[in-house]
Amino acid sequence: MSSTLKDVDVSPELLEKYEAVIGIECHVELKTTSKMFCGCPNEFGGEPNTKVCPVCLALPGALPVPNAAAIEHMLRAGLAFGATIPPHSKFDRKNYFYPDMPKNYQISQYDMPLTQGGVVRYWLEDGTRGECRLTRIHLEEDTGKSTHASADGRLAGATSSLIDFNRAGVPLMECVGEPDLRSADEAVGFLETLARTFRELGVSDVKMEEGSLRCDANVSIRKRGATELGTKAEIKNMNSFRSVRRAIASEIARQIEVVESGGRVIQETRGWDEAAGVTHSQRSKEEAHDYRYFPDPDLVPIDVTADVVERVRATLVEAPYERYARYVDTLGLDSKRATQLVDDAPLAAWFDRAVAASGGKAQAVVAFVLGDLARLANESGTPLAAGKVTPEALAELVTLTSSNAINSKAAKQVVEALWNDGGSAKAIVEREGLAQVSDRGAVAAIVDEVLAANPKVVADYKAGKTNVMGFLTGAVMKASRGKANPALAQELLKEKLGSAG
Amino acid sequence: MPTDRIDIRHVARLARLALTDDEIATFGPQLGSLMTHVDALAKLDTENVAATAQVIPSRNVQREDAIRPETILPRDVALQNAPQVQGPYFRVPRIIAEEG
Repeated sequence: MSSTLKDVDVSPELLEKYEAVIGIECHVELKTTSKMFCGCPNEFGGEPNTKVCPVCLALPGALPVPNAAAIEHMLRAGLAFGATIPPHSKFDRKNYFYPDMPKNYQISQYDMPLTQGGVVRYWLEDGTRGECRLTRIHLEEDTGKSTHASADGRLAGATSSLIDFNRAGVPLMECVGEPDLRSADEAVGFLETLARTFRELGVSDVKMEEGSLRCDANVSIRKRGATELGTKAEIKNMNSFRSVRRAIASEIARQIEVVESGGRVIQETRGWDEAAGVTHSQRSKEEAHDYRYFPDPDLVPIDVTADVVERVRATLVEAPYERYARYVDTLGLDSKRATQLVDDAPLAAWFDRAVAASGGKAQAVVAFVLGDLARLANESGTPLAAGKVTPEALAELVTLTSSNAINSKAAKQVVEALWNDGGSAKAIVEREGLAQVSDRGAVAAIVDEVLAANPKVVADYKAGKTNVMGFLTGAVMKASRGKANPALAQELLKEKLGSAG
Repeated sequence: MPTDRIDIRHVARLARLALTDDEIATFGPQLGSLMTHVDALAKLDTENVAATAQVIPSRNVQREDAIRPETILPRDVALQNAPQVQGPYFRVPRIIAEEG
């Protein structure tokens, strides 16, 4: 989508000429109590090297034992996207040397991952929807964290690196997406849906700022209409959804410029430079990806029976995409409001109860939930679902407004009262005397008073200055202390002033 | 020749081993002859043998998701055998570039 490329120096004509092909791989730290293969705590941060044991430090003779909860999280994550759960799975060793990986191999899964296939259905802010197939989701372990021992913590000038192994061995799932995405916006939509879904499932906190979701993007371009894939570059080091969007847009533009100037894109790894807003080539040693995978002899195979799959499947609730689609397609909410609700699960559940109690008046309910109630929740710092207003009380209020029993001004007062004290909307209306006066005779009497008290305005109206109607309606509302039915008041004013229009 | 099947220099680089030309001349044929054992295995009839990655007849060995405080090492113990330490960290030669 060209809107995301506005800070990129490529003409719209060129963007029109080429199509981007994007595949995302992301690593997500699983939310468990303990690490993947040992009994150390799985917690972010803390004093360096205080959450380590012989297993996650790879001391000789220490043996890994898989965390049952992590395996179940994997099944939930896969099933939420319609993945296949193969009956047999195993762990493999991925061999490479890196100081933050104590064993000199990472326990991962190579040819028999826990989940295969699946589809991520996602949506964009503007309501556009798409889908992206998953290749697989596999389970592995995280590495430690390194910092550089220079004065400013940067690599340049450092003579050594410092390692904290608290994160080493934290369960990590790697989601590999097919190259089905065509723009930076689609890539972000895909990632946001993954993040929402994992959060909803409780399998991860998905905090990008804490590194619990990290993603790489494979980006290539081709002439629109071409079917062959172009040479891809792998983009790393994107630390927020915003940087994913910017990095991919920038890389698409770079590749278009390379091809347009007669060059060709080379297969390489490129790092995103947030400050400069460009990707930089990183080394591309041929041997970098020769991992010599082999089955880990320390770990026995995993069998997942159909019974287990069905038990886990039965625990799944409505996924964020399904909820979004229901709000938009069935309840008729706009994309923005639907997204706001989906992004706040307790609020969405509260909303659903209120809609049900109101007999399906979703539009009226959402107007309160994301309007006055959201404001009150914001001001007080108490989420709506934890406050005193019950969904049933809001449904009652919606019924009172939609039947014209109270007007919108009174409704605001009722909302405030419900927020402060709870209780029933009807009781508040009665107690505060807020019922709207829709009795023709009663309103007519007030209208007569107002007209009698404002002869000059009446004369103006009759002389053609019909814009004084607002003033007169306001005067009637004021005289009725806000209780008159405004539509009826206007109707009677016009009638009495001798004008139908 | 069996040695043709092993790029000894490549394998040595992957294992971070610095081999001299003489060592390569010695180890190359030795590793190559190991491959002849694999050739012998490859001749066996495995028609009725299921593929496996593990010879232990056991499945689904897992543990409950719980912290085991008794296994956690005090930091000074965790760091005691490190060749270099700086404050609470393991200190290693400077990391050159990002790796997968």
